[in-house]
Amino acid sequence: MIITGLLSYMAYAPRFGQALPAHVGWLKLPTFDWPSRPAWLYRLTQGVHVGLGLVLVPVVIAKLWSVIPRLFIWPPARSIAQVLERISLVMLVGGILFEIATGLLFIQYDMIFWFPWHTAHYFGAWVFIAGFLIHIALKIPKMVRGLRSMSMRKVLRTNREDTRPEPHRPDGLVADDPVAATMSRRGVLALVGGSALGVAVLTAGQTIGGITRQTVLFLPRGRTHNDGPDDFPINKTAAAAGIDLAAIGAAWRLTLTGGSGPVLLDRAALAAMPQHTARLPIGCVQGWSTTQTWSGVRLADLAAAAGVRAPLSARVQSLQKIADNRIGDYSHAVLQANQVLDRDAMLALRVNGVDLSLDHGYPARVIVPALPGVHNTKWVSSIDFQAR
Amino acid sequence: MSELLARFRRFYGSHPLHLLTMVAGFSLAGYILFTFNPKALWNPHAWWQSIAVWLAAAVIFHDLALFPLYAVADRLLGIAARRQRRRRRGQLRVPGRNHVRIPTLASGLTLLMFWPGIVKQGSATYSAATGQNSAAVPRPLAVAHRGSVQRQRLWLRGPTCAGSPSCPRRHEPGGPRYRSIGRHPPTTARLHAAKDETAATGSHHDR
Repeated sequence: MIITGLLSYMAYAPRFGQALPAHVGWLKLPTFDWPSRPAWLYRLTQGVHVGLGLVLVPVVIAKLWSVIPRLFIWPPARSIAQVLERISLVMLVGGILFEIATGLLFIQYDMIFWFPWHTAHYFGAWVFIAGFLIHIALKIPKMVRGLRSMSMRKVLRTNREDTRPEPHRPDGLVADDPVAATMSRRGVLALVGGSALGVAVLTAGQTIGGITRQTVLFLPRGRTHNDGPDDFPINKTAAAAGIDLAAIGAAWRLTLTGGSGPVLLDRAALAAMPQHTARLPIGCVQGWSTTQTWSGVRLADLAAAAGVRAPLSARVQSLQKIADNRIGDYSHAVLQANQVLDRDAMLALRVNGVDLSLDHGYPARVIVPALPGVHNTKWVSSIDFQAR
Repeated sequence: MSELLARFRRFYGSHPLHLLTMVAGFSLAGYILFTFNPKALWNPHAWWQSIAVWLAAAVIFHDLALFPLYAVADRLLGIAARRQRRRRRGQLRVPGRNHVRIPTLASGLTLLMFWPGIVKQGSATYSAATGQNSAAVPRPLAVAHRGSVQRQRLWLRGPTCAGSPSCPRRHEPGGPRYRSIGRHPPTTARLHAAKDETAATGSHHDR
């Protein structure tokens, strides 16, 4: 979770100031350019981040259930060491629950919070990481002892009636006078494992796609409505983006800058340029992804048309209005050199053999392999290539 | 040396390495607070929306209200199961208690995780963002609502028709005409007309 979360931050290219939150000091991975290959890279890292986070919910609940007796111990701490440990547990437990809650709300579009989501989720994660590092540094020896105290085979062979509590220890989790077990250890394992599996069945389809999408019963990305060529998810409708329909009609022009002067192209001119077709995945920060066949003009060709031979970067501007600050503004995105020059990076005009629909970014949208979905800017109005 | 260690242990309550771990961990936490603007924890306009308030409320609500409640419920379930067993005069292979516990846990987990989707808490925001307002839409665009589906379903008449005889309205004098899309659902006839149009051009989109 930690690794994929930190990778997701890097995927938004923080060196252009477009990863959220913008100011994180040392609290990030060392700067590197997010690769554009393999094309499924972001789909994988973000799918794992969201998918694993969901699957771990029952595991976290079971873990907290197993230690809850310690919560009610009186007095709560007997030494300075225990006071500090208790405070670190607030970071650990508060952190993980905050991350799960904000994550679950976000992927279901429930924006009931007022704070900037990315800032809260990112720093909440770091609070958890601090608590987690303290916790594993202190508890790994105890965990190893606990795992070694009983063989897995024995656990799997013991039924409820033969299940006995562990020996009582002063700082252990066993009650002074435990009642007979109401569930075997293997039963608890099966319950937690089964819950995790159930959550996987209910959620993984949004990333895997195909037939598995039909088992995604409770997430927004399990719903499809028709079998048309553009029946795949979007993250923002044209209406929500405030697209002025007059601006994308016959009057629409793509402006390319960065060369000796601006180059204006209408949609017919773009369609007359060499067309490139590629089957590429598009993955969203909310974990869902989908693979479609896109066709349009290569970004490298557009750079050449603008008069920029080897661009350092490209700033893509959309017609969409500047959005709600709580979840970030994506009305423009800066692409790295490797993303502009990738052989499949394009300004798509068509998808699956038809013109882009309004919600998929008509008249033209960016598609770059392994780029976070929201940076594949829709309703593009201009591209500014940065020359060397 | 061991005398010193023993004294430290008596004073602190654990090994010096424990303290070292704590110092390292809390230094990281301190740096996080220094980097992050702690004002974000507090909403001056609505104090109850502050993260700090939510955390405190969650702790109190769960640990002091919800936990005792479901612990008592499980105890009662145990008593009921024992009574039933006594009546049947024999041990059941699987305690009846787990037949209630496991389905409850499964549905509880589903409800907890997918609460926003199930109660459609996010859909108000989503619908507000996706339309159902009075947007001005040119004639070639037909917008329809489907009663049972909250989200606006939008069919776009593809731009491929521009200039073709099947797309005459765009060439009417005065440029594109606009139509206000009201909150009221369209008539069935209009809805079918929109569908037919999209079928003809092959470019339509849902939602």
